[in-house]
Formats: sequence, C-alpha cells, structure tokens
Amino acid sequence: MTRRLSAEAIDTGLEIIFSHSILRTYQQRGRMPEAGKCIDSRPLTLYRERLNFLPVKGPMSSSMIRIERLAKRYGTTEALKELSFEVPRGQVVGFLGPNGAGKSTTMRILAGYVTPTSGKAFVGDLDVTADPVAARRLIGYLPENNPLYEEMMVVDFLRFIADARGVPRSLRSARIKSAVERCGLGSVIGKDISQLSKGYRQRVGLAQAILHGPELLILDEPTSGLDPNQIVEIRNLIRDLGQENTVILSTHILSEVQSTCSRALIINDGRLVADDAPDRLALGAEGGMVTVVLASRHGSALDPVATRRALEAVGGVVSVQSADSEGDASLGFLLRYTAEDPRRSLFEAAVKNEWVLLEMHRAHASLEDAFRKLTGTPQKAA
Amino acid sequence: MNNTLSVAKREFTTFFASPIAYIVLGAFLLVSGWLFFATLIPNGQATMRGFFGLAPVFFMFLVPAITMRSLAEERKTGTLELLLTMPLEDWQIVLGKFLAALGMLGVGLLFTLPFAFTVASLTAPGVGFDWGAVLAGYLGLLFLAASFVAMGLWSSALSKNQIIGFIVGFVICFAFWVVDKFAIIFPESIARVLEYASVDYHFENIARGVLDSRDFLFYGSLTLAGLLFTTRTLGATRQ
Repeated sequence: MTRRLSAEAIDTGLEIIFSHSILRTYQQRGRMPEAGKCIDSRPLTLYRERLNFLPVKGPMSSSMIRIERLAKRYGTTEALKELSFEVPRGQVVGFLGPNGAGKSTTMRILAGYVTPTSGKAFVGDLDVTADPVAARRLIGYLPENNPLYEEMMVVDFLRFIADARGVPRSLRSARIKSAVERCGLGSVIGKDISQLSKGYRQRVGLAQAILHGPELLILDEPTSGLDPNQIVEIRNLIRDLGQENTVILSTHILSEVQSTCSRALIINDGRLVADDAPDRLALGAEGGMVTVVLASRHGSALDPVATRRALEAVGGVVSVQSADSEGDASLGFLLRYTAEDPRRSLFEAAVKNEWVLLEMHRAHASLEDAFRKLTGTPQKAA
Repeated sequence: MNNTLSVAKREFTTFFASPIAYIVLGAFLLVSGWLFFATLIPNGQATMRGFFGLAPVFFMFLVPAITMRSLAEERKTGTLELLLTMPLEDWQIVLGKFLAALGMLGVGLLFTLPFAFTVASLTAPGVGFDWGAVLAGYLGLLFLAASFVAMGLWSSALSKNQIIGFIVGFVICFAFWVVDKFAIIFPESIARVLEYASVDYHFENIARGVLDSRDFLFYGSLTLAGLLFTTRTLGATRQ
C-alpha cells in the first residue's frame, strides 16, 4: 500500500485490514476511486474515523490550502483579484484585511459556499470546484456570524452535524463528547441554542466545526462580538486546536493574530498585500520605539539641542522626537529604530554624556501600524 | 442515503417542535373535517368521495404552508451556509427536505383516517364499505402531495421570504389544479391537453380506483421536475 500513517503504533497488518475494508466500502457504494486517486484523502478520512480520529499526516502534498490566481466577481464589483497563496499543513494563519477586502469570500470559496469566477482553490489535493463534496469532508467551517439552528438543543444540533458530516454512528457519541469537553459546553448541552449567550453560541459553532476531526479549520471571525474574557477563552481554544490542525482564521483584532497565529496574511481590495510572521510584519512597518526621560547628573538643565544630537548619534536610532518630560530639569524623547535594539547603546551614551536615565521604555510597533500602512484605510482598521 | 435522512430527520423533528406544525395541521383537520361532514350528512351516502373531492383544494393551501419555511428560513437565518458547506450533494439536501415535508403531510393524512372509520361505521347494515376506494384515494393524495411538495420546495428556495414561498407555491399548485376547469370552452384537442396537465384529473382517475401508469407517471414527472428545479436554484446560491 502506498498509504503512510504517522501513528507508528499501527502495524502493517492492521493497516492492510483497514485499507481492505475501506476499499470494500467503496466497492459496495459503487464509488471505487480510480487507481491514481486511491491516494487521495477520502480513504484517509475513513482511516481517521476507524482509528478514532488519530491525527494522521496525509501522504498528499505538504500544503493544506493552495490558492491560485483566485478571482471572484459579484456583478461589477471584484471581490477577489487574482489572489494566490499557499498554506502548509499544521500552520495557524491569520487572515487580515479591512471590511470588504475579500476575506469572507476567500473562506467561503474554500468551504465550498461560493464558486470562484476564475482561478483554482485546493484543499489538500482536492479542487474545491471539481471535487466539492470530498473537499468539504476535510474541512471544519465556522461561518461569519455563526449561523445555528436556534430551535434545536445543543446536543441534538451536534448529533445532526455529526450525521450530516458522515461520522459513523459508532463514533458519534464519543466525538460529540470530546467536542463538548473541548469547547466547555457540558453545562448547556440540554439547552436550546436560542437561550445561549453569545459566548456559548460561539463555542457551539466551534464544536460544530471540530466535531468530525477535520484536517483544516476555517474560522471566519471567530471572536467577533465577544467580551474580552470570552475572547481569551476562544483564543486559547484556537491555539489549542492549532497544535494538531491547520487553521485559517479571519479577524479584525490584530493582537489576536499576534497571539494565536504563526503567519499573517493581509489582503486589501482583493489582493494579497503582506504575508509574513506577525512580529516581522509589525517590525517591518515602523520598527520599534523607545521613550527616554533624561536629566543631568550635575543637576543643571540639559541643552535640548545638544542632547538631541547626541541621541541621534546612538547606534540603531533612526529618528528622535521630543516627548513629555518630568519637570524642568529633565528632557523627554521618543526614539524610533528599525532593526537593532538601541537600549544598550543608549545606556552607554548616558554614561558618556553624564545623563541620568530617569526612564527608558520600549514599545513594540504594533501590527496595527503595519495593517494601516498596508491597507491604507486607517479609518477602517478596527 | 444516511445524509439525506439526517437532513430529513432534523427538518421533521424541528417542524413538530414548533407551534406552526400544530396550527397548520389543526387548521387543515378542522376545515376538512367540517366540510367533509357538512357534505356527508345531507348526501346520505357512506363514501369518502366528498373528502377526496375537496382534498386537492385543501392541499393547495396546506402544502405551501408546510414547505414555505423549508429553505426560505435557512436562507434568512444564514444556516443555509452551514448546510451547504456540509459534505452533502445539493440533491441530498433537497431530497431530505422533500421527504420531511412529505412525512409531515403523511402525519396530517393519518389524522384524517378517523373520517374513513366514521363513514365505515355509518354504512347501512349488510352493505360492505368500499375500503378499496379509500385506499386508492389515499394513494392518489400521497402522489398529489408529493408533486405539490416538490413545487412548494422550489418556491421556498427562491428567496428568504416565507410569504413569497407560500404565495408562489400556492399559485403554482393552483395553476395545475385550475388548468382543466374551463377546458369545456376549448376545442376537444386542446381540452385533452389541458386535462392531461391537471393534477385534479389524474387524482380523480386514481381515486376512482383506476390504477393507470400514466397518472403515476404524471405525478412522478411533476415531482421530479420540482425537485430538479429546487436543486438548481439551491446550487445557484453558491454562485
């Protein structure tokens, strides 16, 4: 067999037995995959189900998402303009952009809810337009605004999702139990969804998305409308899920990307404008800032012009601005730097010039700055 | 098939968990029961003909009332996005919805069985009650209902507005009912065509106990056409 399983615990004998029964299932259904396609994810999905959803590293291409020159037009408006990117397995990717940039459209295309006008989108090795049902099987999707069947009980809703997702009956209650535990839904499982608070609703939405052990999680604004405590909870959950899954999430909250994602994609007006680690993006935008408050060791007032000149000479500093001071005898400055952290040199300069460092504080440039700069719409950056 | 049934099951249980089910079915039973007994007693004939004669008219109202929320509600609340991103084919979703609505009507019809038992008990001693006619009548109703449900589903798929779903559904059903009502003023050849397009005409054939494959074929193709239209309309949501 060409299939490889990452779980070493499974010996070859077991593998053969399982693959045999899987192939038989396909034969019975009359949907035997073609020889070349045997190595696609469908049998693997079944594998995962049989083996109680052991995380299996697929033998397919290393990328989980591949988007090639994707374009989408609604009437005359172009939501996406030849967007291309790739997401390897196991990455947690934050998808950023102002409203209407095309985040939701991209996610909906991946989830199979929107058909692209041109270009291709692959989940695993499956083209979402050519092989939609198989592709959707690999995905857990939390749509924007988290639509749920309000009139259903949480447990009934999850049962329905499990059935619709094709989770085998024998595994259904175990899967529901683990999703309920992970999302902390134990106390509300018998309640109608319409009675739940927004935070719990969001957890139901997440439970629904992870129920079948998907390889790819697509979360469209998973924390919108939640209070700060709930946001932290959901964020932790996402970080947790990111340990074993590929996750792509969209958000307006930039600190969320910095705290949960290993990679940020910023799109604006249907185009990719940045693709990097969140910290690097932040640095690339403005660098960092250091605020200092200085006084003279001798008690006399410092000469602002001379001090400024001395600070400008410190290694790494690119610009010096006056800032708040503490009383007449001190001077405050805001220093910007790009790459090199100038604090050490600042200390040395203080010694040399006989300054007293009353305060020295470094502030990271935020992703927010990068975001504003790249998308050029400061008023929209939430 | 399991996927289809899971959709059907959810739809069916949700329907009976809501007050709409009891209002719609209650109104149907009330009106049909009243009209049935109001015509039965003066006629003095122990048959179900009166009920079966009126049933297509009831169904014109009842079926769109049941199907109107089926897809429109999902569109309105956004759950359609959830449903359409499940690993289901569009036709499986449509078929699930269809079976659920047909099941609901089946429940409604079940509650009309007491009519039959009442009439049977009123039959003069020594005369056998014609159960065959009743059976044929119910069979005809089921096929009639199936075609109405398919058309009602399509109108429900059109928009997120239940009222539109109801009215369009009603108009389509009405059109297939009324089409042969004025056939008499047309020449013979056109009248035949109109007759063939009428749901009422085929229903009367079946209810009379004449089991002709043409009548079933008519309902079958009407149902299939409705389901195909629904699947197409639903698929267009993904555009």
